[in-house]
Amino acid sequence: MSEREQILGRIREALRVAAPKPGLLSGPGQRVPAHEKRPTDFKPWLPAVGDSFDERAALFAKNSAELKTDFQLVANRNELQDKLLALAHAEGWKKIATHAGEMTNFAFAALGLPVLQTGARYNLSELESCDAGITECDALVAQTGSVVLTTRSAGGRALSVLPPHHVVLAHRDQLLRDLPAAFAALKNCYGSNYPSMMCLITGPSRTGDIERILVLGAHGPKKLTVFCM
Amino acid sequence: MSTIAQTFKETARRLTRDLRHRSLIQNALGKYYVGRDEKKGRFQNWQEARQAAAEIKWEAVNHLDTYLQEFVKKIEARGTKVFWASTGQQACDYIVEVAKKHRVRSIVKSKAMTGEEIHLAQALEKSGVEVVESDLGEYIVQLREEPPYHIVFPAMHLTRHEISDLFNKKLGSAPTDSPEELTMIARRTLRKKYCAADMGISGANFAVAETGMISLTTNEGNGRLSTSLPRIHVALIGIEKVLPTLDDLALFLPMLATVGAAQMLSCYNTLIGGPRQEGEADGPEEFHVVLLDNGRTRLLADAEQRDTLHCIRCGGCLNVCPIYKNIGGHTYATTYMGPIGSVLTPHLRGLMEWKHLSFASSLCGACTEACPVKIDLHHHLLQNRRNAIRCKSPWWEKLIFQGFVILMNRPLLYRLGVKFGWFGQKFHGLIKGTKIDPMYAWTQSREAPQLALHTFKDYWRRRQS
Repeated sequence: MSEREQILGRIREALRVAAPKPGLLSGPGQRVPAHEKRPTDFKPWLPAVGDSFDERAALFAKNSAELKTDFQLVANRNELQDKLLALAHAEGWKKIATHAGEMTNFAFAALGLPVLQTGARYNLSELESCDAGITECDALVAQTGSVVLTTRSAGGRALSVLPPHHVVLAHRDQLLRDLPAAFAALKNCYGSNYPSMMCLITGPSRTGDIERILVLGAHGPKKLTVFCM
Repeated sequence: MSTIAQTFKETARRLTRDLRHRSLIQNALGKYYVGRDEKKGRFQNWQEARQAAAEIKWEAVNHLDTYLQEFVKKIEARGTKVFWASTGQQACDYIVEVAKKHRVRSIVKSKAMTGEEIHLAQALEKSGVEVVESDLGEYIVQLREEPPYHIVFPAMHLTRHEISDLFNKKLGSAPTDSPEELTMIARRTLRKKYCAADMGISGANFAVAETGMISLTTNEGNGRLSTSLPRIHVALIGIEKVLPTLDDLALFLPMLATVGAAQMLSCYNTLIGGPRQEGEADGPEEFHVVLLDNGRTRLLADAEQRDTLHCIRCGGCLNVCPIYKNIGGHTYATTYMGPIGSVLTPHLRGLMEWKHLSFASSLCGACTEACPVKIDLHHHLLQNRRNAIRCKSPWWEKLIFQGFVILMNRPLLYRLGVKFGWFGQKFHGLIKGTKIDPMYAWTQSREAPQLALHTFKDYWRRRQS
């Protein structure tokens, strides 16, 4: 018998005795009765988010400030170009990495810098030497200040995590309310053919492993900038 | 008493009196409590969220065969190789074999408690492969050649000065007392390792059955890098990690971050459902998922404690446990420490050798209150005690209780006993606090209470008359 069948066999054998449902036990903190069916709507318990775009944008901005994400609402392409150029100038970017996409194409044309495209196979050390990685995304989540992206929407796995500065370009209608909405959007967009990697990025890379003191840029980007147009 | 229990007692006794150790733990956890409570407060209803999380985990664990098969079917469909391992040895052998087959020379590992559990790094190193822990805390304890101190904060027992000395000695870096500098030293060293590694090893926080994906949570981005750059990715996952649907993550990810690290959401929550797919820019050519039993089905068979398999390894119960805070993580000498470790270890490694952990508890219930998936931890500690006594009850304890029964059933004898006790206690002073004192465990550091000459019964009778 294969190991798979043995393990499954042991599981089935073990499950012949039923375990009490949580909440039906006595004791402190256990007094809430179990629901009839497994709960699927978490909205009423997760952190509250307002309905209008302005409320969502305000919450995303507040979360970004806490996470040390640089979040900027831009009105149009001209403003985006100005801000990107200012950023490139301030940090002295010499080379950027990006992927093909409507907004990214605009961005690298606007910047006029040498560029590495990760659309096809690329050289790893070349990507590592880039000053910034510019990507699009699938969604922004107001509730947590997160960026949702996948290998398909953001030029693979490494582009958004290897360069020291990750710049995200998003549309206004990508700014979603909460986490359930984000997962629904992923399901809706990719359905039965999911990309091999999907990620929620919440702020620049961080660690607190030394005396619980926050340090940014542990392994991933030290900076995260989100432009929402 | 077994030598394991003996060592446990001795280390515990030493560390509870160590003021420096205490201040380190308090410093680390003090900030955590403030942040955790603030994040909990943002939930509209934390208790309902806990209940929902517990019910979802109950559903998954109590239909484990169904969900595991769904998970495997979906993840295999995208070209993932799945290996089922009944024991840690089988899992190690398989991963060593994969490494050999692909001529792997160096491996970057992101944090995985399952790896600690089966001593994976040691097995790989023995076969001649270099294994580098990439989580900063794990990297620090790896350089010190010791196990992690905490499930989530592996290096919480060290000061920046100790870490600076360590880096100076092992990496030749200049001494510094800035955590930022120290982090950057590790970043530079590990960057080279990432880019050169042939294989990445990770664990998983969740395995989503509906879509066939593993969910990996890190703050540093090491989980992202070690699953993106190397040409092979191996994920070592306990079979209990399955969740029914993708949407469930909308609840579990923020709960894990809140209790685990006092954050609303951890920095990187990554879902991986296969190796690099057609048309994707990068990613590993091969993705292996190793499903680990290693005693979990034995625990599953114990319906009373089955909810222990709901654990999401957030470390929340360690952070509130008065025992953990006093004796620290290494004293347990187990992979999983704190209340969850005390409940789990007897199941994974044998009750009689590890029962002492269940006795080392104040039964205050703080762990149960803290648990985001409502594992009934402190009752499980009691059940372990009961089971241990059932296996082998100490004769002297039986004798004492038999004597107690006789005494309590005979009022005359009881009254005589109380008077005699009062009389006998006069002589207690001669041996009090010395090793021949039968009450030594108590009197070595405390005063013994005085028995009253006039009992309540005497008083009551006098009052009535």
